[in-house]
This record gives sequence, structure tokens and C-alpha cells, in this order.
Amino acid sequence: MPRPGPRGRAPEKSKDFKGAIKKLFSSLKKWHLLLSISIFLAMVSAILALIAPNKLSDLTDTITKGISPNTKKLTEITTKISKSMNNQDNMAKKIPQIMTSNSISNEDKLQFQEVINKISSNSINKEEIVSLIPDSVMLILLDDIKVDGTLINSKDQLECLKILNSIKNEKDSNKMISSLDKLPKSIYNIVKPKINLEKVKSIGLLLVFLYLCSAVFSYIQGFLLCTVSNNFARDLRTKITLKINKLPLRYFDNNETGDILSRVTNDVDSIAMNMNQSMGTLVTSITLLIGSIIMMFYTDWIMALTAIVSSLFGFFLMFIILTKSQKYFNQKQIELGKLNGHIEEIYSGHNIVKVYNGTKTASKEFDLYNKNLYTYNKKSQFLSGLMHPIMGFIGNFGYVAVCIVGALLTMNNIISFGVIVAFMIYVRMFSNSLSQIAQAMTGLQSSAAAGERVFEFLDEEEMSNQKSIKKSLDRNKTKGNIEFKNVKFSYNDDRVIINDFNAKAKSGEKIAIVGPTGAGKTTMVNLLMKFYEISDGEILIDGISTKDLTRENIHDLFVMVLQDTWLFDGTIRDNIKFNKKDVSDEEIWKALKTVGVDHFVKTLPGGLDAVLSDNDSISQGQKQLLTIARGMIEDAPFLILDEATSNVDTRTEELVQKAMDKLTVGKTSFIIAHRLSTIKNADLILVMKDGNIIETGNHNQLMKKKGFYADLYNSQFEL
Amino acid sequence: MIKLFKNFTKKDLLIILICIILVFFQVFLELRLPDYMSEITKLIQTDNSTMEEIIKQGSFMLLCAFGSLATAIFVGYFAANVSSSFSMSIRKLIFDKVSKFSTAEMKKFRTSSLITRTTNDVGQLEMLIAMGLQAFIKAPIMAVWAISKILNKSIELSTLTGGCVILLLTTVIVLMIIVLPRFSIVQKLIDKVNSVTRENLTGIRVIRAFNAEKFQEKRFEEVNNKLTNTQLFNQRCFAILNPIMNIVMYGLTLGIYFIGAYLIEKASMTDKITLFSDMVVFSSYGMQVIMSFLMLAMIFMMIPRANISAKRINEVLLEKLSITDGKLDGSNSRESGTVEFRNVSFKYPDADEYLLKNISFKVNKGETIAFIGSTGSGKSTLINLVPRFYDATEGEVLVDGINVKDYKQSSLNNKLGYVPQKAFMFTATVSENVAYGENGKEEITKAKIKKAIDVAQGTEFVSNMENTYDSHIARGGTNVSGGQKQRLAIARAIARDPEIYIFDDSFSALDFKTDALLRKELKRYTKNATSMIVAQRIGTIINADKIVVLDKGECVGIGNHKELLKSCEVYKEIALSQLSKEELENA
Repeated sequence: MPRPGPRGRAPEKSKDFKGAIKKLFSSLKKWHLLLSISIFLAMVSAILALIAPNKLSDLTDTITKGISPNTKKLTEITTKISKSMNNQDNMAKKIPQIMTSNSISNEDKLQFQEVINKISSNSINKEEIVSLIPDSVMLILLDDIKVDGTLINSKDQLECLKILNSIKNEKDSNKMISSLDKLPKSIYNIVKPKINLEKVKSIGLLLVFLYLCSAVFSYIQGFLLCTVSNNFARDLRTKITLKINKLPLRYFDNNETGDILSRVTNDVDSIAMNMNQSMGTLVTSITLLIGSIIMMFYTDWIMALTAIVSSLFGFFLMFIILTKSQKYFNQKQIELGKLNGHIEEIYSGHNIVKVYNGTKTASKEFDLYNKNLYTYNKKSQFLSGLMHPIMGFIGNFGYVAVCIVGALLTMNNIISFGVIVAFMIYVRMFSNSLSQIAQAMTGLQSSAAAGERVFEFLDEEEMSNQKSIKKSLDRNKTKGNIEFKNVKFSYNDDRVIINDFNAKAKSGEKIAIVGPTGAGKTTMVNLLMKFYEISDGEILIDGISTKDLTRENIHDLFVMVLQDTWLFDGTIRDNIKFNKKDVSDEEIWKALKTVGVDHFVKTLPGGLDAVLSDNDSISQGQKQLLTIARGMIEDAPFLILDEATSNVDTRTEELVQKAMDKLTVGKTSFIIAHRLSTIKNADLILVMKDGNIIETGNHNQLMKKKGFYADLYNSQFEL
Repeated sequence: MIKLFKNFTKKDLLIILICIILVFFQVFLELRLPDYMSEITKLIQTDNSTMEEIIKQGSFMLLCAFGSLATAIFVGYFAANVSSSFSMSIRKLIFDKVSKFSTAEMKKFRTSSLITRTTNDVGQLEMLIAMGLQAFIKAPIMAVWAISKILNKSIELSTLTGGCVILLLTTVIVLMIIVLPRFSIVQKLIDKVNSVTRENLTGIRVIRAFNAEKFQEKRFEEVNNKLTNTQLFNQRCFAILNPIMNIVMYGLTLGIYFIGAYLIEKASMTDKITLFSDMVVFSSYGMQVIMSFLMLAMIFMMIPRANISAKRINEVLLEKLSITDGKLDGSNSRESGTVEFRNVSFKYPDADEYLLKNISFKVNKGETIAFIGSTGSGKSTLINLVPRFYDATEGEVLVDGINVKDYKQSSLNNKLGYVPQKAFMFTATVSENVAYGENGKEEITKAKIKKAIDVAQGTEFVSNMENTYDSHIARGGTNVSGGQKQRLAIARAIARDPEIYIFDDSFSALDFKTDALLRKELKRYTKNATSMIVAQRIGTIINADKIVVLDKGECVGIGNHKELLKSCEVYKEIALSQLSKEELENA
């Protein structure tokens, strides 16, 4: 089955989440150090990311301080000016100087005289004085004053007074502020807002440093984590492959290839991928979550509560949707499976569907599945699509809450504006890490489910230990006698497959086993090869029980050619040589010639170097002939042919048979065949039925007996 | 891809239009958010603003956020609707098209590929539409709108934002250039790991018999290491994306504040406050700009993949059918139960060599004709021309005197009872499997099913099954043996009551005895029907009325068993490879 995309995949549930995770981690032992470093780095980089907003708020505060004009200083200056103005003694002293001054016009003098008169008669208020006294007089009246070490001359003072006077009744704050820009330089420099650029610079540099460190750490962390997860996946795959070779053959009879395959690829992949993504995220998010909570409370507890409560409200909403969409996701997966199954069936049975006019029915059924899939697809897609907008809303909601509460607190001077900026970031951090934890948990969940399946396979019972076996047979010295003595075999005690089987094969003999399907022919071979363990009795090779020989030793003594044409994805040469070393090309060509495929191989591009792959146009018959050639290269005292020529037409089979007969001279061979013509020249024919041998003898003897064999044989000619 | 999108209905297009409008609205609302933010910031900054003002602005902002959420929900709902119904209709189109395919097209595409095209590839497109209706519309609108909002505010800050966008896009593009080709390598290596493991599993007996466990383990280790290393490289490259993204985003905020500080310092009193609130706004709009560009980059990464899927789907939908329906229903044919080949030659459309050369024969009602020859001699190909799995390249194939090409396919099929070499079972009960399809007559009764199974020698094993005739047959027929499947497949043909039976090596999984018994019963039951039999065993065909001997696509002999033994060298060779001289003569 094709692998489902990440979007359509419903998180799988494990049976025992805790147990599976524990097992997963304990099998990661080899990498515990790297993992710890990576977790540590993730935490450090998260902490750095946490400190940053605080620094950023300092930065904002520094800037804020430098925006508004220094009104205190402005007031200080004006008070100083008016002080010198209002000093009556000082003014009295200055009057003669003014009146005698040549630089003042007579009109100005006159006007000034009037003002003085008005002052003495108290018919004027103080504010008006400044506007009534002519500028030239004012310049003399005003003394230079010093503010913060800066000397402000009378001219500047006059200008300042004028400007302030002009905006006295101004309501528009913008105009007010813009008029401040016109203040004389000496005053403007004192009053002008100043940003502490030194501080900005140092905070900025610190932040750059923090961000860079955080990034570097997080990269190293990611690097380590993917190293660990990929190597872990590699090890798991290797372990599974090794395990396959350790499991008894029985296991594969009862379990589907597809199931084991999906453990090697899909499950291991899922573990590695989820580990890679979830672990880093989980550590970072938890650190961020805890950190942001601490930092929030450290900064301001009211704001912290606001942020947390407002976010949690959103998450509650999300949790409800999540649990609801889960149901639809599962249902969608089920519907998809049904549709897939139907399509697979109709497509692979295409001929039958067509010839039997089943198209209409198939189409109707398809519509039903298609419609169901549509329904759940729509629902699950809609609900899963909600996550992102809701996340965004939660963020905005928290933001507004923080702003409003923050504004309230700022106005009451409980917190500074910088705190709000920091909280704007904290609240996002908090909600993001929460949702990431939720995502990582589903990742971990499917990791656990996949891990469970992989470990279940790795924990399967293996074949019996062979350490105590001391005896061995040398293939070059084996004579080739085999004896079956009261052999019994059953899978689970209740169903007897082979019942008291007795037979003897002498060196060089050709033994044929025939019988209807299910008679136990192939089981006999499996027992002989020690693929299955005998329940009772024994098989003796040259007088030694197979129980006292290792499986490898027995396999070494046999050449086996099977009905299924197993060839691997590789060159013809590699396939013929297989695991045998030092095989010359001449030997390979000889074997190919014997089975009659030499011409065919020569026509392939590359000859022996031609690569056999799945979709090649090599027929089953040709494949079978290649497997026979492979068997020929492997020269051993015993030969087993289990329906080895079933896919070859009878004429070719005859040719191969003849070649095989030459080859089997001096070898003890066992032949299982469907076609009785193949075995007519066997030295001994064992006729099996329901696990028992019911007849023995050669062809002629058996035909004379007119028993089961003769019946079977003659049925070929009936119609 | 565009071609496929033409399959949108008017209703779909209307919904898409609504989606676009809604997304505009949503973007409008979302971009109002920073405005409110700056408003609130300003209010907090200014001394004489009232709390009510802030709450008012706050609730506006919240209203906007909620509005954006609501539109997002609507868009999501519409998008899910459109994409799901789109994928449903495309699946239906593919399925219907495949139903019309002939064997040639099935072989060309291969079943497994057709299945992935019907489900996975459609899924890819569905995902693109679902995401597209939300992100693809939103990202450009968002980007343009957000850019226009900040463009006039400050050249310095705009430059900074632009720089960040370029940096981020460059990183993504460079990563893609490095990693993308390796993705397909990874896919191939995964297939390789899969195939070696499959080899280990399917060849387990061979591997153990040859003591080749170590050999295979080594082969596995090789691909396993290659896969791990390639994947490691990819993921290590990808690990850099996250830190860089963070640096750019945080860096942008920092940069805006940093540059902002200098700008404010230089500015006149009037501009300071405006500059400051601009700065706050910028930090959020800048983020929006970056986000929308990232979103665009992601979508552009998805498009090539979806495009490949679209191409694969179009290949199926645009495939020219090699077999077209005729008009006749065969009701007024002059003959019945006859099959005639007139100078028939056949080759695959793009092949050079003929598989069948100039074949002529006629079989009449009630007769049995058999075809024999070595592997690759063209027996199955010949018989496949009758139900029109393929059409003859030259010459004519006539059923009841009418060229098969002139029949309506369903009418032709009603005359035929075809049993393939590999028996095919549906996931259904035994009865449903036997009564499968339509034959243009009345529905197949229970009694008929029973009778058919009985003729096919299946009564014994079926009655031993747990629910007898109602027993469920598992997917692929895994809970019945090969021989049992073959008998049920034969029963299926019998239940149909056809004029002409076609057995394509359909007795191979039966032992001789059952084979003989079945044929005997069949002969008795189908006295009036014509049979065409492809066989390997001489025994199966020895009593046929006519035997056609094929060799490399040519007919090298026609006649009955006795005649052929005398006249046909190839037939004699085949016969002698199976039976001895005496046996042949005695038969």
C-alpha cells in the first residue's frame, strides 16, 4: 500500500504508550550521551530565546524615554527666566541703563515707560508684561542664565518666552510639539529628547549575541538529533533483517510479507521522523513554556495571569475541536482503506469485471465508497483546517488582553511600556509552545505505536539454539544415505501433518514424492532441510540424526530448487553465483547452457551483467531455468527439486530433466512434481495422502498395483 | 494541472470566487490588527488618553481578530467542500475511464500505478486545492497589502525588511536546490530497502537452503547505509532552516528597533512620536511580509509535486481507448455458438514482431477446441482476442458470424464464459463470487449457484467451509487454496450459462483426478455450449474435437489427437514429453 501523506494520516494509538516509550528510550542507550547533549542544548537555546524579550523590552524602554521632550527642564528654564524678570530690584536697577541706551529707539523707551507705570499702578498682569515690553528693552532686562552648565543669553530667552506664549492656548498637541522645534539652539539642546544610544547599542549587541548563540545551539541540537534518529533507524532496520534470519520458517507461513515489510520501512521511518521532529520540539517547547511562565510572573504577575488565562481559554476550544476531529480522521482512514481495497480489487480483476459485465455494479459500489470518503474527508479536512486560524486568534486574543491590562497598569504607572512589549512576545511564546507540545505529543504517540510493532517483531521467539551441537558432516565426504524413521510432525499438536513417515534413500537414488495438494509433500522437504523441527522420530543422514547437526551444516549438504522463482535484484552473474565464491564465468555459462538459457542471456544487453529487476520481460519459465542453473553451480551431495519445472513447458522440461539427470548421477535426489511424466524414471516413488505414505515402489510396480497412484496417473487420459 | 481544474463545476467556481472575496476581507481584517496595535500603543504612550479609549480600540482589534477567524472558518469550510468534491469527481473520472480500458492499457499503466493514480495522486491535488484556497490566495494579497502599508513609512526599515525576505528566500531556495534531488534518491533507496527486504522474505527458503543469510545481510547493509547517509545529509541541511528562520524573524524585530532608535534620535520633535509608533507597526507588518513570502515559497514547493500528480492523472484520462464499443447486440445473428478466426494476425501496438500470424479456424456449436503449444507460443493471446482484451491487428474474429468489433461489449460478454489462468476472487461470499456480474438474462438463482459449484467439483470443499455458500472469501482469495479458487472461477462461468466457454489454462492447479472429473461433468452439463480450452497437459485436451497446435505464433497443425500425432511433429514432441508411446496410442 502506498504510504499516506502526513496530512491525511490519523495519529495512531499505541496499546501501551508508556511501555512503548520506555522501550524506545532504553533501546536508544547507545546514544544517550548525544541525546543528553542535544536535550541540554535545546534547553539552553530555549532559555536564550526567553531572555531575549526581556532585553528587547529594555531596548524599547530606552527608546521610549528619548521620545518626549524634557518638559522638566523646560519648566526649569522658564521659571529661571521669569524669576529674573520678576525681580523688582533688578528691574529698577536696569531702568536707567535702558533709558540711556543708544541702541533703543525712543518709541521703545516710551512704551517701556508706560509698562512701568502700569506695573506700579498694578493695572497689568504679569503675563502681559512680556508681550508689552519691546524686544530691544527685553534683551537688556533679561540676564543670562545658566542651566545644566549651558549659558542661555537674553536673546534666546526672549525667543523661548515668545514661543511658549504663542502656544499657551494651543490645544493641538502636534502643533505644540512642532513649535518646540523652533526653540533657540541653546535651550533646544537642553530640552530635546535624548535616546541613550550607547545603551541601545550595547543592548542591541547583547541581543545579536543571544540570538546567534541560540541559533547555533539549536542547529547543533538539530544536527545531533537527526544523527541519532537516523542511526537509530538504521540499527532498527538491521536488527529486523537479522531477526528475519533468526525466526523459524513457521513464522513466515503465518505472517504476511506486507506486514513485515511495513515494519521495516513505514514503522521505522515513522519512529525516526517523529523522534527527529517531536523530541527537539518537545524539549524546546517545555522549556519555553515553563520559562515563559516564570519570566511572565517574574516581570509582572497581573500581566502573567492575563496572558495565561486568555491563552488557556483558546486552548480549551481547540481541545474540544481536536477530540471531535479525531473521530472523523479515523473514519476517513477507514473509508480510504475501503475505497482503496475496492479499487485494487476491480483494477486487478479488470478482465473478469469486464467480461462478466460487472462494470456497472463495480461503478455503483465505487460511488458509494467514494461518497463516504468525500463526507468524512470534508469533515476532517475542515476541522483540521481550523487549527491554524484558531491558533492565530488565540494569539491575537492574548495580545489584546495583554495590551488592555498593560495599558491600564501603565497609566497607573505600575509597569513601563517596555513590559507590554515583552508580554506581547511572552504571550505568543506561551501559546505557541503549548500548541507545539500538543503536536509533539501526537507525534510521540504514533512513534510509540510504530515502536510497539517493531519491538513486537524483534521479540518474536527465535529458532532453537545450536551451541550444544558438536557433530558435523563434510559435504565432500558424505555418502548420501537418508533414512526417515517414524517421522511425525504437527504444528500445534492438534493437527497432525505428517504421521509416522518411514522411508530409506540410498546413495545416488532418485526419490519422487507425489500426491494430491495438502498431502504433506512440501512439509517433508521442510523437515528434511530442518526448516521445521520434527515432532517425533528422526531423520538420519549417513546415520547421523539431523537433530545432532546444525541447520547450516544440513543446508550445506543440499541443493534446493523451488517452484517459486526467487531471483534478487542484481546481475545475472550475481544471481547465478549467489553466495558461492570463486565461480568462473565459464562455469556459469556451462550451467546456463545445460538449462538452455545461454542463448537468451546472450541476447540481453550486457549478457551476464544484465540486471534482473521486477518489471523485466523475463518469463516465469526463464526465471525458473535460471534458478535451476543457480542450483547447478552449488554442487552438493543431495538435491531437492520442489516443483522446480512447473512453469516450464513440457518440451523444455524434458530437456532440463535430461540435463539434471546427468547432473544428479551419484547424488541422492528428491523430486516433488505435479506432472507425473517428470518422475516416471524415479527409483522410488512415495505416494502421499493426508500425511501418510500410502504406496511405495517404482512406476511399473505402482501401476501394476492399480491403487491410488495408478488412479491418479490414468485420470490424465479421461475426459 | 489547468486541464484538470476545468473539471470544477459552476458551483465550485462560484464558491472559489466567494473564497477569494472572503480572503480579501480576511486580509483586510488581519492587516487592520497592526493599525489597532499602533493605536493602542500610541494611546498608552500619550499621557492624557483615557482607559475607555484603549478598551474601545482593544475591542475593535478583538472584533477584527474574531472576524478574521470567522472568515477563515468559512473559507476553510468552502475549501474543504470544493477540494473534497473535486477529488471525488476526479476519482470517479479515473475509475470510469479505467473501467473502459482494455488489457493493453491496463498493461501499459500497470495496476499498482493505476491504484496510486486514483488515490494518492488525487490526494496530492486535493491537498493543493485545500491549502491553495486558503494560502495561495491569501499569501500574495497579504504580501502586496502589507508591503503597501509599510512602503511609505520608512525607506530604511523597508530596506531592512526586504533584505530579510531575500535572505530567507535565498536560504530556502539554496536548500531546495541542494536537497530536492536527494529527495528522489531517498525515495529510490527506500524502494530499494523495501525490495531487498521483500527478497529476504519471499526467498527465505532459498536463502536458508543456500546458507546465504550473511550474503543477503550484507546486501541489505549496503542499501541501509546509503539510505541512512543520504537521509542524514538531507536532514542536517534542513536542520539549518529553523535557526535561520528564527534569526531572521528576531533579527528583523531587533533591527527595526535598532535602526528606529537612530532615526528617532535624528528626527525633529514632531516626527519622533510618529516614528516610534511606525516602528512598532513595522515590526508586526514586517513579520507579515516575511510570513507571506514564506507561505508563497512553501506553495511553490508543493506545485511541482502536484503537477507531477496532475500529469499522471491526465495520462490516464487522456489515454486513447484501443477498444471501442460496436452497435450490434447479436440478437439477429444467423449462427449461434460459433467462433471463427479469419486470417488473424496480432502484434502489440508498439512491437515489431507478430505474436500471432495468419490464424484461421472455425468451431461450431457444442464442439470443443483446444490450443496447445510451448510457453510463449501465443495460446493465451489467441484466446484473449475473443472477449476483446485485445483486438486483432489483421483479420477478423467472428462470434456467431459477427465480427467481435461490431458487438456492443456487454452483448458480446453475455455470450461468453471466460475463466482466466489465475483465478480471481472478490471479497464477497462464495455465492456472490459465483453469481458475479450480469449476463443479460434473469438473476442467477441459489439453485443455479449450487448446481454450478457442483459441476465445478466444489460442493465438497464449499460445504466444509464454515458458512458453506455464504462463507466469506478474504481479499485476494487467501483463505481458499489455488485449486479451490480455480474451481470457483469455473463455477462462475458455468452459472452464467454462456454460449461459449473460454478456459485459459484454467485447470492447471487441479490434480489430474479432479481435472478429469470436472471436465466430464462439464461436458455433460454444457452439451450445447462451445468450449475453447488452452492447456499445457495433453491429458486435458486429448478428447477435444479440434486441437490447434501453435508454435511461435503460427498454427502448425489443426486436427484431433490421433490425426495430429501422425501429421504434426510439434504436437508429437509435446505429447511424447508427457506420455509414453503406448500410453498415447492407448488413450
